[in-house]
Amino acid sequence: MENKIIETDKKVERRSFLKKIAILALAPIVFGFLGSTDKLKTIKKWMLENGYVPSNHKWGMGIDISKCIGCGRCAVACKNENNVPKEPFFFRTWVERYRIYEDGDVQVDSPNGSIDGFENTRTTNKKMLRSFFVPKICNHCDNPPCVQVCPVGATFKGEDGVVLVDSDYCVGCRYCIQACPYGARFLHPETHTAEKCTFCYHRIVQDKLPACVEVCPTQARVFGELNKKSSPLVRFLRMNKIGILKPSLNTEPKVYYSNLDMEVR
Amino acid sequence: MEELIQHLTPILQEVWGYIFPNEIELHWGILIVLYPYLTGLVAGAFILASLVKVFNVKELQPTYRLAMLTAMAFLIVAPLPLLAHLGHPERAYEILITPNSTSAMAMFGFVYAWYLMAVLCLEIWFEYRRDIILWAQKEKGIKKWIHKIISLFSKDISEKAIHFDKKWVKIITIIGIPSAFLLHGYVGFIFGSIKANPWWSSVLMPIVFLFSAIVSGIAMVLILYMIITPVRGKQLDILCLDKLASYLFYVMIIDFSLEALDFVHRVYESEESIKILAYLVSNKLFISLVVIQLFMGMLIPLAMIALIKILKSPPDLKKMVYFISAILVQVGIFSTRWNIVIGGQLFSKSFRGLTVYKITFFGLEGFFASVIVFCLPFVLLYILTKILPPWEEARNS
Repeated sequence: MENKIIETDKKVERRSFLKKIAILALAPIVFGFLGSTDKLKTIKKWMLENGYVPSNHKWGMGIDISKCIGCGRCAVACKNENNVPKEPFFFRTWVERYRIYEDGDVQVDSPNGSIDGFENTRTTNKKMLRSFFVPKICNHCDNPPCVQVCPVGATFKGEDGVVLVDSDYCVGCRYCIQACPYGARFLHPETHTAEKCTFCYHRIVQDKLPACVEVCPTQARVFGELNKKSSPLVRFLRMNKIGILKPSLNTEPKVYYSNLDMEVR
Repeated sequence: MEELIQHLTPILQEVWGYIFPNEIELHWGILIVLYPYLTGLVAGAFILASLVKVFNVKELQPTYRLAMLTAMAFLIVAPLPLLAHLGHPERAYEILITPNSTSAMAMFGFVYAWYLMAVLCLEIWFEYRRDIILWAQKEKGIKKWIHKIISLFSKDISEKAIHFDKKWVKIITIIGIPSAFLLHGYVGFIFGSIKANPWWSSVLMPIVFLFSAIVSGIAMVLILYMIITPVRGKQLDILCLDKLASYLFYVMIIDFSLEALDFVHRVYESEESIKILAYLVSNKLFISLVVIQLFMGMLIPLAMIALIKILKSPPDLKKMVYFISAILVQVGIFSTRWNIVIGGQLFSKSFRGLTVYKITFFGLEGFFASVIVFCLPFVLLYILTKILPPWEEARNS
């Protein structure tokens, strides 16, 4: 009889011990989760105080390739506006020049991301078939591979569709840079965290346009709402034949190109 | 920052074709080459050990405990290169406490912890428990206490208890095999699931990783066994060596077939990226892929082991051939990891150009740091063999 009591006592002991172990193991995860939601709340509070309700918006960009003259003002404005290092290895936006020759040969370049403009240097005597400039920027994919792979969730898609990076949270593993099919991300050499275009988030929450859109002399870039009929972007999508980059990857970009050439990747 | 700019500026001149401006900096360097190489050795060594316990391959008994300790030593070091390469190593714990459920990388902590605690530590403990208790009884001073603590102060060495240990070693090994597959298959998945990168994106990637891991693990245990045994003044067990070489041979055949299948599949499907990948393989990766990985690391060892088996050679020649083959295989597998990790970043995602990888010598991500990371497991293994001698004569005491 006594033996039995001791045995059950042991069992109870073991059970409570296992419980304690489980609580110990789960505690950090719970605290981490609470901490991160708490942080989200403070960001939300800030935006609401400023009269910006993310869920009321869905942002996108239209780019008319036939209008771009390759002046590179967008890339300059972006670097100034967002404190992007000036060295030619870090870009939130850049412009590419395509030159397609009669024999099918394609030459692409983007010296210093177009910031110094393009030189009219021809390396061949071949006849040109067509030539154009393509501004590139983060596509703010609706199905973003960078967000999928981030191990800590430091990069995320907001309710307004903008893909952002929380630099206080990013561990700098660079997996997102590998996962981005468009080369739109880089590691900031000073903060050692992932960086990318935010559609100038600090400006758009104040009803201003992104810097690159603001400075474009030919209005090749159109920024606006995707869900509001009156927005210039919706008009752009209505009036043009639209293409997106690398559609086969199913990233569902929210940067739309008109007059997109098949050679652009 | 200055240093990085100085490092990147000359690379601008060496870019071939067009690459996106953000692609000039190559993000995953030699440390990330080391990571799959090290975990591969862990998984491979464990699978080799499991042959003894689950599949009852008696000939391999002399290498069983050595293989377990090798797996342990390499597993402890495996996260170091990852940590050293992070932009913010001090935030690494975030991966454990707020993991992103859609991220393959976020599973790292859990897979790693499971493998270390639930598989390796437990199996080694059950396997050694009786011996540790016996050693602790005979020893004095600090060693006695180390062994007492490692045995978790258990004292029971009755027949029933030993039987219990044996049963559990077997159960853990059975759980351990899929866990080892998970550990390394998962590393392959990290690369294989990146749809943006056609060099990585392949459903075969985890399986190729796994089999190349088993190849490298067997070869590593073979090398260690062949070096350590003569140094201890003991005789090499030729039957054990024959068996090791046979398994190495079979697994290499599977590994080779899988890689060949991957190659044929890519060439036959001939997708958008095929031109740049063909250019990559025939130029930047020619030495490391065709010469080192394929010929030196695969075909030559395969041919040598096959010849030695067919010709029924004398034991001394056999030993020499096995040893050289195993070394070649190690170099080949390291090269495989290099070609995957570095090769996958040498071409632009615009598929229009190639960049270069220039290794630095100093700094956390430099050549010397990676040499230290590579040597650490061997130092650890030495310490482990002092605490838990894997030798036969220690067991009988």
